[in-house]
Amino acid sequence: MSKIYSSAAAALAGLPKDGMTIMSGGFGLCGIPENLIVALRDSGVGNLTVISNNAGVDGFGLGLLLESKQTKRMISSYVGENKEFERQFLSGELELEFNPQGTLAERIRAGGAGIPGFYTKTGVGTLVAQNKEHKDFDGVTHILETGLKADIALIKAWKSDEEGNLIYRKTARNFNPMMATAAAITIVEVEEIVPCGALDADNIHTPGIYVDRIVQSTFEKRIENRTTRAREVA
Amino acid sequence: MAWTRDDLAVRAAKELRNGFYVNLGIGIPTLVANHIPEGMKVTLQSENGMLGMGPYPFEDEVDADLVNAGKQTISQLPQSSYFSSSESFAMIRGGHINLSILGAMEVSQNGDLANWMVPGKMVKGMGGAMDLVAGVRRCVVVMDHCSKDGRSKVLEKCDLPLTGVRVVDLIITDLGVFDVDKKGNGPLKLIELAPGVTIEEVKSNTEAAFVIDLN
Repeated sequence: MSKIYSSAAAALAGLPKDGMTIMSGGFGLCGIPENLIVALRDSGVGNLTVISNNAGVDGFGLGLLLESKQTKRMISSYVGENKEFERQFLSGELELEFNPQGTLAERIRAGGAGIPGFYTKTGVGTLVAQNKEHKDFDGVTHILETGLKADIALIKAWKSDEEGNLIYRKTARNFNPMMATAAAITIVEVEEIVPCGALDADNIHTPGIYVDRIVQSTFEKRIENRTTRAREVA
Repeated sequence: MAWTRDDLAVRAAKELRNGFYVNLGIGIPTLVANHIPEGMKVTLQSENGMLGMGPYPFEDEVDADLVNAGKQTISQLPQSSYFSSSESFAMIRGGHINLSILGAMEVSQNGDLANWMVPGKMVKGMGGAMDLVAGVRRCVVVMDHCSKDGRSKVLEKCDLPLTGVRVVDLIITDLGVFDVDKKGNGPLKLIELAPGVTIEEVKSNTEAAFVIDLN
């Protein structure tokens, strides 16, 4: 049975349902599954809980699901770059749960690794610790955080082989590897699908067991802050 | 003459040591990278998943897959490595990073830090700040001594929601430098003054208790 689908829409077909929890990889706009997000929007489902470090920007990435009001709730660490997000949040249309970035990453890793909860010192004494179990280890107070799972993970990798063995490129890896492990169905979009054997088995970042559906896409790869330096002229 | 933004970065760079792994926050802390002393080996960590962060790229080397935690395009060095967000924060939480230099809205006498939320205003989120202050071995805050409306940001107790409790080791402001007794309950220790700044000036702009121990 092939894991390869012909388009982002085909890869999502039959899966999205109202009220689902979706994980979406990326940091800012770097390493986001941009075509799968469009396909999810076009599926028309609503009432979604979206777990993603950020919320996209107006008109791109997860900003699209906000504009169409398909997102009911977000679990994120930082949502600074999105006016529509701010409007919906302040008017009470959108629910938001902030997690410290490392706690969010570890909750997703734990969810995929069959670990229901873990203790961390991150957030002790802050709003994040409210209503959470506290426990001291070696005289240091920690709080209990729970693992996170999703119905569908949408992730972006650089290359996949036909088995769904994935490699990521540079800082576009970020949240994608953990999210690949933490959902009932993981869909990956890649820049290139290669035959089995073309990737070095010693250098696979995400083994194919975590990947259910693969689609090859073309990407805009929008840049949020283009910063450069000048070449010194001799 | 109080310290400028760049002076603050120069002063913060004096906290670097040879061999350190360092995470720099957004804003003035980012400028510290321009002042790493010649011959000192410092490795910059970017919490979105990179060790060995290089400078901004040349125009023809810009790569959308290579950004720092401020989503700015950056470059790779021969010694760079990439990893996932969970690996990145395992490094941070696990105490493997030597130094975090970050900005603040308020710092208290016992090292409490507030830098992510103003109630009633739009909250953008804490990002990695809570993880960094909880996990990195030494935390240095770089900030203006007073807010734009002239109120002291060096307080007996923070008013804003906290990022971490007893996490700050050193406070560098445009007026001077304070050592923090984050494990005890002692006052701050004023250890340096910016050029031309008087102790009276620091006193009138500091709500927290401090003693003077200038070298």
